[in-house]
Amino acid sequence: MAIHLTKESKILVQGMTGGEGMKHTRRMLASGTNVVGGVNPRKAGRAVDFDDRSVPVFGSVHEGIDATGADVTVVFVPPAFAKAAVLEASDAGIGLAVVITEGIPVHDAVAFTAHARTRGTRIIGPNCPGLISPGQSNAGIIPADIAKPGRIGLVSKSGTLTYQLMYELRDIGFSTCVGIGGDPVVGTTHIDCLAAFQDDPDTDLIVLIGEIGGDAEERAAAYIRDHVTKPVVGYIAGFTAPEGRTMGHAGAIVSGSSGTARAKKEALEAAGVKVGSTPTETAQQVLAVLAGGA
Amino acid sequence: MDLYEHQARELFEEHGIVVPRAEVTDSPRGAREIARRLGGTVIVKAQVKTGGRGKAGGVRLAADPAAAELTARRILGMDIKGHKVGKVMLAQPVDIDREFYVSYVLDRAAGRFLAIASAEGGMEIEEVAATRPEAVARVPVDPAEGVTSAKAAEIAEAAGLPPQTVDVLVRLWQVLVREDALLVEVNPLVRTAQGRIVALDGKVTLDDNAGFRQSRWGAEAAEQDDPLEARAAALGLNYVKLDGEVGIIGNGAGLVMSTLDVVAGCGARPANFLDIGGGASAQIMADGLSVILSDPAVKSVFVNVFGGITACDAVADGIVRALEEVRLTKPLVVRLDGNNAARGRAVLDARAHPLVEQATTMDGAARRAAQLATT
Repeated sequence: MAIHLTKESKILVQGMTGGEGMKHTRRMLASGTNVVGGVNPRKAGRAVDFDDRSVPVFGSVHEGIDATGADVTVVFVPPAFAKAAVLEASDAGIGLAVVITEGIPVHDAVAFTAHARTRGTRIIGPNCPGLISPGQSNAGIIPADIAKPGRIGLVSKSGTLTYQLMYELRDIGFSTCVGIGGDPVVGTTHIDCLAAFQDDPDTDLIVLIGEIGGDAEERAAAYIRDHVTKPVVGYIAGFTAPEGRTMGHAGAIVSGSSGTARAKKEALEAAGVKVGSTPTETAQQVLAVLAGGA
Repeated sequence: MDLYEHQARELFEEHGIVVPRAEVTDSPRGAREIARRLGGTVIVKAQVKTGGRGKAGGVRLAADPAAAELTARRILGMDIKGHKVGKVMLAQPVDIDREFYVSYVLDRAAGRFLAIASAEGGMEIEEVAATRPEAVARVPVDPAEGVTSAKAAEIAEAAGLPPQTVDVLVRLWQVLVREDALLVEVNPLVRTAQGRIVALDGKVTLDDNAGFRQSRWGAEAAEQDDPLEARAAALGLNYVKLDGEVGIIGNGAGLVMSTLDVVAGCGARPANFLDIGGGASAQIMADGLSVILSDPAVKSVFVNVFGGITACDAVADGIVRALEEVRLTKPLVVRLDGNNAARGRAVLDARAHPLVEQATTMDGAARRAAQLATT
């Protein structure tokens, strides 16, 4: 079944006719994803040919949904225009908006994630690689050929660490891998994905990848302790990273957490999560849990 | 990007918030002239992007222009938590009756901004927040509404601030929104003996992502203290200098952070963070290598690339071409994995550079790079 994205998903691509949009739409199609249209008001009514598929371009998300029944949009629109694109998608009633665009101002992300909540749109990202349910659908830029379908669910802030772990566990396979993005404000959190994986009958084990900054991992740890019965294996990056920008007194006052990798690791371990010290060791722990728990 | 105090002060002033009269200089003689213009007695404040200035001796009162010159001479060049003081701000002293704390900060978990305010401002605000959280008001701000006068009154009331602060709270929100800031903090916000509300010290963090629509704090605010970081920034590299001996190049911030950890786990210290992103072109590889190799502390370099979108053979081609441009003086350990890894490794094998070796796993490569750096 997977989470948030299945073989039934019908995908629009906002910014499909740009460089990145073209490149990744081609890749999505090649991996069997059902891309039903692109959105670009200046190229509405045309179609773009990708190898053996011709994909229509619509003038708005609304038109795209009306014509195709699309329920997912993948956003490659440049930062200056991304806010308007995501607001438009929410207003058109899209269920899931995957915002790949990197470099969106935080005030814009605050605005469109708040708006999406009022419209019932789930946002993944911004500044994320998207999500993939291997063998079913791929919404974003995660390379589809890294790993086969399987029963591990993965949620991560980092794109390349997602790829690394998928690669390490390629033969076991994944139900869904979600790159939630590393920006300060994201639409979907570790906790949202933990909840979905917990409820997903096709996921047996969850891999959670975090990194320094904020307190999302600490909150995820508390959620795991109280709500997740499936095994969770974690990895945290940033033990030796330099301190990020100092946030004055306010940052520490808000979260009450230091946001260090150590604090996150300890919080996860206290919740019963095994935490690997390298990506490879993390993968080995996954194998050990699967072998022991079967 | 954090602003210096004097830049924050300037922003506040532009948005109609009362701040002390002040000027900035990088010379003791300039300090004397400024003190004379400001009427004699001044506070001399080190301009560094870190806290704890006062305790480090970077904030001092000078009774007259001659003392201001002397004090500036002592503070300029001072090292405060690794930040070298290049400028001082001289400000007119203010007769303080009460000190408050106000800020707007991003609440990442809630995905919106939060007003934080306390009637007990000053240096010990973190202590107050930890020991008596009830003395610090936290009021979420609806992004669609912002901080209106009514909202500001609610914040002031929650924190026990006098009604005169409402205007400052509204203007401070305007600073946050119009300047694309992630944090604006005034500590202390004071009421003077004359009953005026003055922002005595401020901290502003701007959103680097908003550079395309907020361009005025370009070069000066982005000033780097470290010469290697300055050079890397000029080359457009995402580089941070660290105190170690293994140079690190990788693709993707998460993987690079992980690489630093794995190297540290092998008993060596990473010399830097360098994320070359998804593209990993020959040029960026050459630029990255040249910055890292010019760090005298570096004993070995670890290139850790996972070919996800970028194929490893393209990365290997980039390394080979970078080696034509940069003279390799230290051993280079390369780990290529993922998309087209075998072809990428073959490209490097064919180049057969005597200082380049390969490892097939991230952990193995880290061990080797650490070994080369520590023996």
